[in-house]
Amino acid sequence: MSYFRFIIIAFVALVMAASCRTDDEIVPIEFENLPCGAQPGTVPRGMYLLNEGNMGSNKSTLDYDDFRLGRYCRNIYAERNPNVIKELGDVGNDIAIYGSKLYAVINCSHKVEVMDAVTGERITKIDIPNCRFITFHEGNAYVSSYIGPVNSGYEAPLGGVYRIDTLSLAVTGLAEVGYQPEEMAVLDGRLYVANSGGYRPPLYDNTVSEIDLASFAQVRQIPVAINLLRLRKDRYDNLWISSRGNNKDVPSRLFRARRNSSSGILEVCDSYDIPCSNLAIRGDSLYSISTEWSDLTASNTVAYTLLDIPSGKVLSDCFITDGSETSISKPYGIALHPSNGDIYLTDAKYYVSSGTLLCYSREGRLRWSVRTGDIPSAMTFLK
Amino acid sequence: MTMKFLPALLISGALAALFPAHLAAASVEETDSVSLDEIVVTAQSFKDVIPAQTLKGKELEILRSHSVADALRYFSGVQIKDYGGVGGIKTVNIRSMGTNQMGVYYNGIQLGNAQNGQVDLGKFSLENIESVELYNGQRSDIFQSAREFSSAGSIYLTTRFPRFREGRNANFHVALRAGSFDVFNPSVSFDYRISDALSVSFNGEWMTSSGKYKFRYRRVTPAGELAYDTTATRQNGDIDAVRFEGGIHGYLPRGRWKAYLYHYNSERGVPGAIVNNVWRRGERLWDRNSFAQGMLEYNITRRWETKVHLKYAFDYTRYVNNDDKLIRVDNTYKQKEAYISWANRFELLPNWDLSAAYDFQWNGLSEYMDVSRVSQWVSLATAFALGDCFKAQASVAGNFVNEEKLERDQAPFKSRFTPGVFLSYKPFRRPNLILRAFYKHSYRMPTFNDLYYTDMGNAYLKPEAAIQYNVGVTYDIDRPGRLFRYFSIVTDVYYNNVRDKIVAYPKGQQFRWTMLNLGKVDIRGVDAQVMAVFSLPARIDLTAKAQYTYQRAIDVTSPADNYYRHQIPYIPWHSGSAIVMLDWRTWHLNYSFIYTGERYNQQENIRYNYTQPWYTSDISLMKSFSVRGIAFKVTAEVNNLFSQDYDVILNYPMPKRNYRFGVSIDF
Repeated sequence: MSYFRFIIIAFVALVMAASCRTDDEIVPIEFENLPCGAQPGTVPRGMYLLNEGNMGSNKSTLDYDDFRLGRYCRNIYAERNPNVIKELGDVGNDIAIYGSKLYAVINCSHKVEVMDAVTGERITKIDIPNCRFITFHEGNAYVSSYIGPVNSGYEAPLGGVYRIDTLSLAVTGLAEVGYQPEEMAVLDGRLYVANSGGYRPPLYDNTVSEIDLASFAQVRQIPVAINLLRLRKDRYDNLWISSRGNNKDVPSRLFRARRNSSSGILEVCDSYDIPCSNLAIRGDSLYSISTEWSDLTASNTVAYTLLDIPSGKVLSDCFITDGSETSISKPYGIALHPSNGDIYLTDAKYYVSSGTLLCYSREGRLRWSVRTGDIPSAMTFLK
Repeated sequence: MTMKFLPALLISGALAALFPAHLAAASVEETDSVSLDEIVVTAQSFKDVIPAQTLKGKELEILRSHSVADALRYFSGVQIKDYGGVGGIKTVNIRSMGTNQMGVYYNGIQLGNAQNGQVDLGKFSLENIESVELYNGQRSDIFQSAREFSSAGSIYLTTRFPRFREGRNANFHVALRAGSFDVFNPSVSFDYRISDALSVSFNGEWMTSSGKYKFRYRRVTPAGELAYDTTATRQNGDIDAVRFEGGIHGYLPRGRWKAYLYHYNSERGVPGAIVNNVWRRGERLWDRNSFAQGMLEYNITRRWETKVHLKYAFDYTRYVNNDDKLIRVDNTYKQKEAYISWANRFELLPNWDLSAAYDFQWNGLSEYMDVSRVSQWVSLATAFALGDCFKAQASVAGNFVNEEKLERDQAPFKSRFTPGVFLSYKPFRRPNLILRAFYKHSYRMPTFNDLYYTDMGNAYLKPEAAIQYNVGVTYDIDRPGRLFRYFSIVTDVYYNNVRDKIVAYPKGQQFRWTMLNLGKVDIRGVDAQVMAVFSLPARIDLTAKAQYTYQRAIDVTSPADNYYRHQIPYIPWHSGSAIVMLDWRTWHLNYSFIYTGERYNQQENIRYNYTQPWYTSDISLMKSFSVRGIAFKVTAEVNNLFSQDYDVILNYPMPKRNYRFGVSIDF
């Protein structure tokens, strides 16, 4: 009967090697102390970072950099909101704070998550299909969406901007814009929306939509360049608009536009030979990051451009000054500390693993870095 | 060598011990007596230096209601990606080398998908399949087409061969299965013997299912309190598919031939990932696969055998995304394939064979993109045996690929050579212990998608290479008439190295990707299979089988990656299965258990990507009886008996407990 014994031993060994299922746990917050140390009472008190997560992975997560405690809190949403089924959602695209509330635009979960800005606890969620970016003006939130009011047939429909009342948190209006709208900014009672047309290459959209906020309707579309993405306002009432080009013969570009003082119509004033995938503005400084693919070398060329807004001059082609840019594989998000000008950069690596948040001094020297969730992108500061 | 008429046991010597058909079929009265005239036209001593893992006979009978992919879960070294449900995509990966490195052969000819290189084995039902075989490396029979020498691993699906009882010229088989997910699955088979040398067979099947099933997500907090617990119904997983197959089998005085037609037509929903706030999606998929293939095997002289394979295939796929929240997609892909192979075996000495083969294949893709490709293979192989104790095979295959694509860059001409060496050694007459080893190179050519997909393709990709080293041992003991009648154990240890792995790499702006030869994977593993048969009192037969796989497959692409030396996604360290079968007179009870251990769903092995082990128990009961010469078989099965809620692929929930009933009649 030694065979029996052998079989039993083999079976036991197999069972020992294998492990059993346990209850699936909500992944708790992971804390990491940052080398910058605690700064009690500092303002802003912290910064939220939204990680996109890959499409279909449901791995959009929210991180919080607590400036006062000098501590990085990774993935806070799931633990703060354990009862939300399937956590924060799929592909987080934008995040912003308005008043006491934190708004996260979760693209592939078709919703805007509204949280308490201090605790990160859910207040509600607002269903908006294929939502992209959010901006605020006088008690309203404006959310761009690839899906406009009329879903016409088989072609990709025109996009829209949803208006949300920030007190009732209800959708109060929807305006039609161009194809696949992205970032927005408000200037003189008008909402400007960058249209990409990203669903319909090679027929990209090339316009900025202008919405009159009083009537909440599009009044005109201003041609700028194809495949627009970023649209930011500076303190001189310029709009900085980025075009992604078509990845072939039309390169990525950055444009400056202003309203004509007499006609009031937005006009493109300058075109900069700066490829731009993301940008941040503080005071007179515009920081742009870009990654450009070259078929010749089969590699990406990365640029970190610093532009002086009043003069329109490029001050630096690499605002990182300590040579540490070589360790960044895919710069993705950028934010500037409102008080001290620290530069927060995210590295999305190859999109398939967790990324890195890097903090640079305004002189461009690396202060510290920390691991984030998958594809760290949008950031917002908590006052 | 002259033709030999063999019983069900086709495989050489004691290596067949792994899943011996004569034992597994011991209590099958009906099928046993019918399975008489399988014909093998080859020198037996050279078959299979390293034999396949095989499913056939009764073991396959109990899996009839499942797909080929489900059956492969009982093989060691295999991982299935299962997106869940009846219509969900199921792909196979052997020894962590990737789905594209696998060759899947249907009646001896590879099933192709030049577009994405992946064969959805969930589409193939077991209804008309007689055997499923899995070979690591290649089928170690040198009398095969040149292409068969090039895959890193091979799955052979062989359809039912018509067999006739004494004095009968026709067989009818009608089956109906129904059960959970609103499955309704009738099928009919018909065999007819025109003459001793000519017979035809036909099989048709219809499969329909709503694909609806309950699934559950439950989470607890680290403190152990319930966080959420939700049960929902899987939507948009419906399928409606028909399949027709027909063949004509003929014998010649010095050979045999076969002509075969296959047609499959389906419409299905693609259920998609379950993510926060999204519980249903609008993707639909239409598939039409048709092919005609033929085979002729002929002994030209006593020492020269030749074999010709022909195939023409036409595949139509339409993918529609109807989701009103997303981009509308309506794409049609048409693929055509023409293939011819000529293989020869020469007997130099009674124990020394040589083979030479040449294959030609043309692939075309139209509508979505217009590309075509000409592939050619040549192979030379030799097999040598010293009595029953030492067998060796060596082969080299060359693969040459020419692409043609209008509009965009044309991929350069590619050529690759794949050598392989297979050895087996039996040191003693008794005990029946055999040592075996192989070394094999293989390549997978980039697919049309890799090369040309809009914005993403890279025409300059090199083939992805895999090198395998394997040593193993088999032992078995056969004790007819004893209580503990049979025991066998097979163990292999292997090391695989994948280089120039084709991976998606982000380029430039946003989510623009390209394909690069970037990845390197280092794979070490152990496969083991054990089997025991007991003849218990009161005519009860008990067969127990277990298989276990250990794999350490790590990404060694670059130390700069934060997943350097981490286990690659969806490869568990431990996995295995066990089957216990009880036979008593006309009753058959089967219990099977499948285990897949902990693994990670992304490259980085961190808690956030951790995926729990899953294990399911399936149980089935079968009863055969006959009324007035009509043989009935009634089956009842319960799958996922303990109703485990699990995902094989993240966010693709699998069904809870489900039931299937079947009845079949043969006359």
